[in-house]
Amino acid sequence: MNIAVIDYQGGNVQSVLFALERLGMNATLTSDPDVIRGADRVLFPGEGEASSAMRALRAAGLDKVLPTLTQPFLGICLGMQLLGRHSQEGPAGGTELLGMLPFDVVRFTPPDAAHKVPHMGWNNLHDLQTPLFAGLGSAGELNPQSDSNQAPVAPSLLPTAADYVYFVHSYYAPVGDYTIAQASYPAEVPFSAGVRYRNFYGVQFHVEKSGPVGEQILKNFLTADLA
Amino acid sequence: MLTKRLIACLDVQNGRTVKGTNFVNLRDAGDPVALAARYALEGIDELVLLDITATVEKRRTLIELVRNVAREVNIPFTVGGGIGAVADVEALLLSGADKVSLNSSVLREPGLIDELAQRFGSQAIVVAVDARQTNEAAASPADEAWEVFTHGGRRPAGREAIAWCREAAERGAGEILLTSMSHDGTRDGYALGLTSAVSAAVGVPVIASGGAGAAPHFRDVLQPGVADAALAASVFHFGDLSVAGLKNYLLAEGVTMRPVG
Repeated sequence: MNIAVIDYQGGNVQSVLFALERLGMNATLTSDPDVIRGADRVLFPGEGEASSAMRALRAAGLDKVLPTLTQPFLGICLGMQLLGRHSQEGPAGGTELLGMLPFDVVRFTPPDAAHKVPHMGWNNLHDLQTPLFAGLGSAGELNPQSDSNQAPVAPSLLPTAADYVYFVHSYYAPVGDYTIAQASYPAEVPFSAGVRYRNFYGVQFHVEKSGPVGEQILKNFLTADLA
Repeated sequence: MLTKRLIACLDVQNGRTVKGTNFVNLRDAGDPVALAARYALEGIDELVLLDITATVEKRRTLIELVRNVAREVNIPFTVGGGIGAVADVEALLLSGADKVSLNSSVLREPGLIDELAQRFGSQAIVVAVDARQTNEAAASPADEAWEVFTHGGRRPAGREAIAWCREAAERGAGEILLTSMSHDGTRDGYALGLTSAVSAAVGVPVIASGGAGAAPHFRDVLQPGVADAALAASVFHFGDLSVAGLKNYLLAEGVTMRPVG
């Protein structure tokens, strides 16, 4: 399998490469549009600040390439956020994003001093959809090809280890039709932990640093039918 | 719900862990990569590698170690210890460290926090603050005076601790790693008053460090409004507490934790 990890000076790509390596997969770190177009799977990591990331993408001409891709594509953290329309992050009024998914990225506004920003640490996923999250979820149940009508996990069911992934972010995408996984911060306010439009998937959490749960999601991304 | 975090700290020198450990079934407890992988498997939420090497070889061995840990370990980790140059921070992050922790270098040059946060993002920049109580006989927690120290708590930095934490967060630190030198090594519990005061003064997560000796110490420091994460070294290394046992205790005590799978 041909895996491309997009290199645009967008932060810590090494961890993504190592995570793939632990799954026995070799990936190509590249900013070459032809290599990216020819890959079976495309990973789009991102860390840092939105406006500088967009500047780097434009400089590499990738802002024109990414929306034309047709193979399964996974944006990670800032790489997910960049798929949206606009972010509050950035100088003077925020940053125009790639516009591939219909969400606007906004900053967390903590209700009290106990809620810190960044939202940093392990949080549980809920309302999981699509085969990207197969094998996860409370009580170890599989989440097969589900649709948006799937009933959410019963609130009485306490999250298990299989629900937790690692987040570090100060901005988030609200929940919408494009949402395929949710997490909540504060506890009663859900946000998009996963998004999808066609072949374009994104996760807000660090799939490459989320222990065995992250490895399962990465494995799903490489093997599941995500078309 | 966002959980509180348990963090194990590994002291390394010349690429080897220096504090002894008595993990059973771990052939080489002096190998930081093996130890880090073991902690990750046991359910620790994060790791800190604190490098105390003071040789010219430091940079090369540390980058190599970070690469090896990042290759093996599937949870986040921070690297710290005598790091100051922007180029070193960049090399460590590119090698796979999730965060870099800075201490004396940013006390000497606070503007470095702004520069690093702008360049690498606040999420990658931890400011470590070693504080010592300078009036041990304070009548109440509100009267406690805490000052920042460097060089293992020997040299005063001339800064009041809470004010320095606030400044570090305002300059762009994404997290504060707060060690009470007055509690470190005592095993009598964390500095609850200081940690609460810092937590109230900064809008970013606070990691409490220094004083962990028993499970209730973790429960107390992970109450709302105190610390977001608790760091410990010897209680984990010497096997006084297992990660799983401690997490189960904390969950039973009502602390939100990522359960051990």
